[in-house]
Amino acid sequence: MLESVFKGINIAEFTIFGLGPVTGKLFSHHGATVVRVESALRPDPTRMWPPYAEGKPGLNRGTFWAHLNTGKRSVGLNLKHPKAASVTRRLIEWCDIIIENFTPGVMESWGLGYEELKKIKPDIILIRISNLGHTGPHSRQRGTGSTLQGLAGFTNLTGWPDRAPAFPYGAISDQYPPPLAAACAIAALLYRRRTGEGQYIDLSQLECSIPFLGPHILDYVVNGRISTRTGNRSPCAAPHGAYRCKGDDRWCTIAVFTEQEWDNFCQVIANPPWTKEPRFSSLQKRKENEDELDKLVEEWTLTKSAEEVMTLMQAAGVAAGVVENTKDMLSDPQLTHRDHFPKVNHPEIGTYVARNDAFRLSRTRGDIKRAPCLGEDNELIYKEQLGMSEEEFLNLVLEGVLE
Amino acid sequence: MKAMLSPYRVLDLSDEKGTVCAQILAHLGADVIKIEAPGGSPERSKGPFVDDICHPERSLFWFAFNRGKKSITLHLESEEGKEVFKRLVRKADIVVESFSPGYLDRLGLGYPALKEINPRIIVVSISPFGQTGPYKDYKGSDIVIDALSGYMYLCGDPDRAPVRVSFPLAYGYAGAQGAVGCLIALYAWEITGDGQHVDVSAQESMSEFTLMAPMFWNTLGKINMRSGQFRGGTSRRTRDVWQCKDGWVAFGIYGGQLGGRVNKELAMWIGSEGLADDFLISVDWEKLDMATVSQEYIDRIEKAIGDFFKRHKMAELYEGALKRGINLCPIWTPRELLGSVQLKARDFWTQAEHAELGISITYPGSFFKSSAISPRHLVERAPLIGEHNNEIYKGELGMSASELSQLKEKGII
Repeated sequence: MLESVFKGINIAEFTIFGLGPVTGKLFSHHGATVVRVESALRPDPTRMWPPYAEGKPGLNRGTFWAHLNTGKRSVGLNLKHPKAASVTRRLIEWCDIIIENFTPGVMESWGLGYEELKKIKPDIILIRISNLGHTGPHSRQRGTGSTLQGLAGFTNLTGWPDRAPAFPYGAISDQYPPPLAAACAIAALLYRRRTGEGQYIDLSQLECSIPFLGPHILDYVVNGRISTRTGNRSPCAAPHGAYRCKGDDRWCTIAVFTEQEWDNFCQVIANPPWTKEPRFSSLQKRKENEDELDKLVEEWTLTKSAEEVMTLMQAAGVAAGVVENTKDMLSDPQLTHRDHFPKVNHPEIGTYVARNDAFRLSRTRGDIKRAPCLGEDNELIYKEQLGMSEEEFLNLVLEGVLE
Repeated sequence: MKAMLSPYRVLDLSDEKGTVCAQILAHLGADVIKIEAPGGSPERSKGPFVDDICHPERSLFWFAFNRGKKSITLHLESEEGKEVFKRLVRKADIVVESFSPGYLDRLGLGYPALKEINPRIIVVSISPFGQTGPYKDYKGSDIVIDALSGYMYLCGDPDRAPVRVSFPLAYGYAGAQGAVGCLIALYAWEITGDGQHVDVSAQESMSEFTLMAPMFWNTLGKINMRSGQFRGGTSRRTRDVWQCKDGWVAFGIYGGQLGGRVNKELAMWIGSEGLADDFLISVDWEKLDMATVSQEYIDRIEKAIGDFFKRHKMAELYEGALKRGINLCPIWTPRELLGSVQLKARDFWTQAEHAELGISITYPGSFFKSSAISPRHLVERAPLIGEHNNEIYKGELGMSASELSQLKEKGII
């Protein structure tokens, strides 16, 4: 078993919030040395985001940051110090890939634009992720995924047709760039192996998100239709929704597409007479009378627990699933079997829940280790990897270049 | 053409669950062949359709996710079909499939069998719950995966059922994750010469959307709730979706350095129109600490902002926000996206001719831009059913015309 696919691949992250760090995590889980270049004077704000271990704030106590940065190394470097340039230069010479997601212009202000980086390391692979891309009139607009998902079209599609859009939890448009950026970076490594050439890749959160709504966009382009939020309904299934079950705020989703699935569904609920009525005799009829259909389905689900509904439906070949809250999710039998939320130990946080990849490789499984404390790996990276002498290292620490 | 993945061939056996994965590989330059059942892939029955006419050559779902691929037809379940597939596997690097777990094994075409034919082969399997585990044979669909991934519970109005996004996202996102898994395997293959099986779970993929929610339970024993137009999970209730004159905008109050700058800009903007009351003027934005400020105080700020937004149209608010560096986005539909000056300036949209339909369609373009290579501009439309049968079967496998017509008669191609 080869654990470390990317052994010997060095990555420096000049990153903040989620987009850059989650991209780097896909490499640190598979053996690359991924170093977050940080500053205690200007830390990534996510380091200070709640929830904290035991409710006590601290740069090394934010559990969300620890969740997003498993398996990485951290060095402290004051990029604004005049003597930082020579350290940065050695770091870049050491790197195969640089991942950055600051507002366009910030890296340039540190003298770390692509042209400068290329002079130091001609075959460098630079992965840049930003909201709207590094060119264009709005490139420097700051923003967060929680609002950008509105621009990309996700927010308008969430919620009920008779009400305002609902806020999609977290930030949907934040989810797309990391896997796409990681795919680009690996493809660029393969390209470099063949040609010896590096490259600079510019990813915009907006442009990474839009293709995933392709058919929705084309419906407007071709048919002039702007489809909107429909609660939980689907044009090609009924029943299709989340139905209230026994208990407090317990729900189970059911999705019935084909006539065979409808027959199976009726069987599970013991074929009450209403299921044989003409108003429910075809998908088209069920769609026409969906409000009444949903009420009748819910009369049945209310007599069962969400887990019972799921189990009974699935046993009959009908797609159904409990609407899991976070507690359910963390003890979900399938996710547990897949070890999706492995536990790791951290010196300041204690044991916390990390997150596995969404895929398993049969030969190169990877490994998930805890996130680093700020500057924890200074000696390892500066001395062992970059070859700094003890004296030089101490001087740079005393001068406040290394933090 | 110079492209990052140009030496690699992908056989795409998948339906809507894996099609995006294969398309991402095509965007990166791989040579992707879609293998459809005779009569066409089930993806072609997914709407919407051109002019709402339900036909396998008019599916906009198919158009969107199969550009950049070639299409051949093959009946995989027949003995001769299997042999033809094995010949294709000998020359391929990657297979993307999304059948029910175990299906290809039963046909004798699972990863262990394909490895015998081609030890380098990488098989990417995308399924609702993964190839192993107690739910592996559960039936999936977008809403069911959203529910079992913990994401759906977090979205919607508190007084109604949790909701999913009204466009299926789970399999597309699993496709993006599958592309990473596939490329890690490809990189490992370059080093060791061995292929492997990549097992992608849509449930695990979607579960990533829950972001910090697991930490709230794990650290504080707190279950985040769906909260309508408000952001859930933060220490104070803050609004994200706001009504304006002709639609909605997304904006959130933040504390700290970011909020200090942005909120202040907004308050000055409101003031410049003579609409800031004494209260809004009195707020010390730099000192606003979201962890300690009272909910009532936030509500008062939000009331003033909300009144201001209601007096303006989406486009006015966006223009003003861009000018002032305020983190506000209009809540757009495809109509506004198509008109975005930013996307236009970046040459994002591409055109493809559909000669058979007599139309040209504007498509979303590549998701990345590279300094070294022009990202493969997918200028061609998605393929017709079996459009590349001759090219692949005759040109590559060296089948004769009579061999091909025999296979056609038997319904294999």
